[in-house]
Amino acid sequence: MGSARALWFNSPEVHVKHFRPVFSLLTAAIALTVSAGPVSAQAARDYISIVGSSTVYPFATVVAEQFGKTSQFKTPKVESTGSGGGIKLFCGGVGVQYPDIVNSSRAIKPTELAMCATNGVKDVVEVKIGYDGIVMAESKASPGLPLTLRDVYLALAKQVPNPNGSETLVANPYKSWKDVNPKLPAAKIEVLGPPPTSGTRDAFVELAMDGGCKTFPWIKAIKEKDENRFKQICYTIREDGFFIEAGENDNLIVQKLKSNKDAVGIFGYSFLEQNEDTVKGSLIDGISPTFENIASGKYPVSRPLYFYVKKAHVGSIPGIKQFVAEFTSQKAMGEEGYLADRGLVPLPAAEYQAVVKRVAAMEVMPPAK
Amino acid sequence: MAMLTPAETRRRVDASLRRRYRSEWLFRLYGLVSVLLGVGFLLVLFATIIGNGYGAFRQVFIQLEVQFDPAVLDPEGTRQQDTLASADYSQLVKTSLRTLFPDAEDRTSRRELNALVSSGGAFNLQKMLLADPTLLGQTRDVWLPADDEVNVFVKGRGPAAGAGSGDEAQRLSDRQIAWIQTLESSGKLEQRFNTIFFTAGDSREPELAGIWGATKGSFFMLFVTLFLAFPLGVAAAIYLEEFASRNWLVDVIEVNINNLAAVPSIVFGLLGLAVFINFFGMPRSAPLVGGLVLTLMTLPVIIIASRAAIKSVPPSVREAALGVGASPMQMVFHHVLPLALPGMMTGAIIGMARALGESAPLLMIGMVAFVVEPPGGPMSPSTALPVQIYLWADSPERAFVERTSAAIMVLLAFLLVMNAAAVWLRSRFERRW
Repeated sequence: MGSARALWFNSPEVHVKHFRPVFSLLTAAIALTVSAGPVSAQAARDYISIVGSSTVYPFATVVAEQFGKTSQFKTPKVESTGSGGGIKLFCGGVGVQYPDIVNSSRAIKPTELAMCATNGVKDVVEVKIGYDGIVMAESKASPGLPLTLRDVYLALAKQVPNPNGSETLVANPYKSWKDVNPKLPAAKIEVLGPPPTSGTRDAFVELAMDGGCKTFPWIKAIKEKDENRFKQICYTIREDGFFIEAGENDNLIVQKLKSNKDAVGIFGYSFLEQNEDTVKGSLIDGISPTFENIASGKYPVSRPLYFYVKKAHVGSIPGIKQFVAEFTSQKAMGEEGYLADRGLVPLPAAEYQAVVKRVAAMEVMPPAK
Repeated sequence: MAMLTPAETRRRVDASLRRRYRSEWLFRLYGLVSVLLGVGFLLVLFATIIGNGYGAFRQVFIQLEVQFDPAVLDPEGTRQQDTLASADYSQLVKTSLRTLFPDAEDRTSRRELNALVSSGGAFNLQKMLLADPTLLGQTRDVWLPADDEVNVFVKGRGPAAGAGSGDEAQRLSDRQIAWIQTLESSGKLEQRFNTIFFTAGDSREPELAGIWGATKGSFFMLFVTLFLAFPLGVAAAIYLEEFASRNWLVDVIEVNINNLAAVPSIVFGLLGLAVFINFFGMPRSAPLVGGLVLTLMTLPVIIIASRAAIKSVPPSVREAALGVGASPMQMVFHHVLPLALPGMMTGAIIGMARALGESAPLLMIGMVAFVVEPPGGPMSPSTALPVQIYLWADSPERAFVERTSAAIMVLLAFLLVMNAAAVWLRSRFERRW
């Protein structure tokens, strides 16, 4: 079927014309690839590069956008890499190819600070921006679950103290909330939460599970003797189907709560705030996860959020100082600021003033011991 | 075995015939059920995405009578470009909202009133004035984008819809709802086609967020990928099929190429991070690096498709060319390659479509980023379409739900066009012998 359509492929004059460009393109492309490397490494960067926590990302991006629109500087680029990954990049060294600021949903660890220092990142400015509450929420249609930290621990830990009262551990036998605490409803325990890779999970374990665990004096006593053993008892979440890892996406957990009124979800406060029409936060130790309760520190499961600035870059990358000033300004971080509208729980006034003062002086952190 | 009588044979055949028909019928049924099940899942997927996302193509706009008041914008009367650029345009929006609804007197109600119009409205006014400075001092009717909460409410899928009872869960106050209803009845609030979605970069205000930045990033990446992977892949395929001698080294290469095609894409991302960013010092988040990583990923696919296309050219074509005195290179470039090219292009397009939808390797090279300005070239920071979808899916603001689905629809449309092009190329130019 030598169809006439394919004729253009068959006439030799066409090919010669056709394939020469292919080869020159190939050569050009390879040349481009090889030459692009060194050229770009030397090029200056005219925008701020921010990496780090996915929890801080929604706040940092709002500030970045506002900063880009209202200043003469370019909009900073904000990457969502997770706190640990971000700090690793940040501590890689000093120079345009390394980020200027890292967001973190926990304080930087001394080991990380030491790693920074060995790579030449000696002067780091710490900025605490506010708090994030971690809530346990359920569908608006369900009756409500007044939990204590102890209930949370007993319902979710892999190993719990023997129900007969002896100081031994057994595999978690509890199947319904009523088993955990007779005052709670008889619904099956079904908790949707983030996977171990998530910072929210880390914080939940360290705040809620830890707190509940310590209500048993003999376990608390272990903490002083053997920290690792304590963590193993208190920080390990059960894997027998009552705790369901629902992925990093908090929106997905909210969706699932809507369709299943027995389920309880664990996620950040900003998602509760945006979905208050369909889900409600469970009381923990009698305190409901409201903005006021988290801000005042009454609500037990909340964590501070930070970002860290590389002082060596201030001056060489344009706009860092101004960006930090925008972030810490009253209209952003203040009680009525636009970050509060997005669900960030602001710092108490005294702490806020201290942060502003430290930032204005660009006070660096003391070196790690 | 003893000879069977014709009658006995007939009986046996009749007995087995029903069984054989039945098993064929069952087999066809299984096939049909699997096809229907697949189509069913696809329909559910499309219905969900389109159901969630179609709303994002409409945007609520509010008409305001804005006075470009020189006393606010340029109190000193300098008429300098800089002064006009940095003036407080949000004040104009606030003033005109207040003249429209003088009942908002105390601070909270004014805050609520101002929250009706998107914060991007002020930038629209700024752009208008900078484009035409003679507007200063004049009054114009301007349509400004409404806030995302208003969008959710007006489109009727939001929590506030139907409420009005002072329910604490409602995201708009009763007063705000009353204002919206007034605006609607006076024709000052309408839904229009959402051009912002197609022309803007990312934003944390859902009503100002668009996919143009991500689309441009994806385009630059695919451009780099195509111009590296296609020539390299075709050259490799030609060499392996037409020139390489058959020995163990070629076998090893062949096994490796097939193996590479099956490697999870995140591995290419890690490789890109180590080689292009850490070793060559290329910038993070650049489409060039993304394109290089996707080249590594697509190359094996293109090589395999190109080799299959070359193999399908019958040897008689080669022999005839060599027989009339063509050199092997002439034989390949004048005869084999043109005949194999449609198959190669089909393979390349399918490889490109896969590269377009890929997000895992881009995580490693810093393209999961908030980038507001659409990239100017392959070296500027950028995101890509699948990454934009991932980022929006993770955003707490309610109005991003429909934008996520709308972005998925756009991505699907691109994929559909590319795959349709591959099918068209195949049916148009493919030759069978």
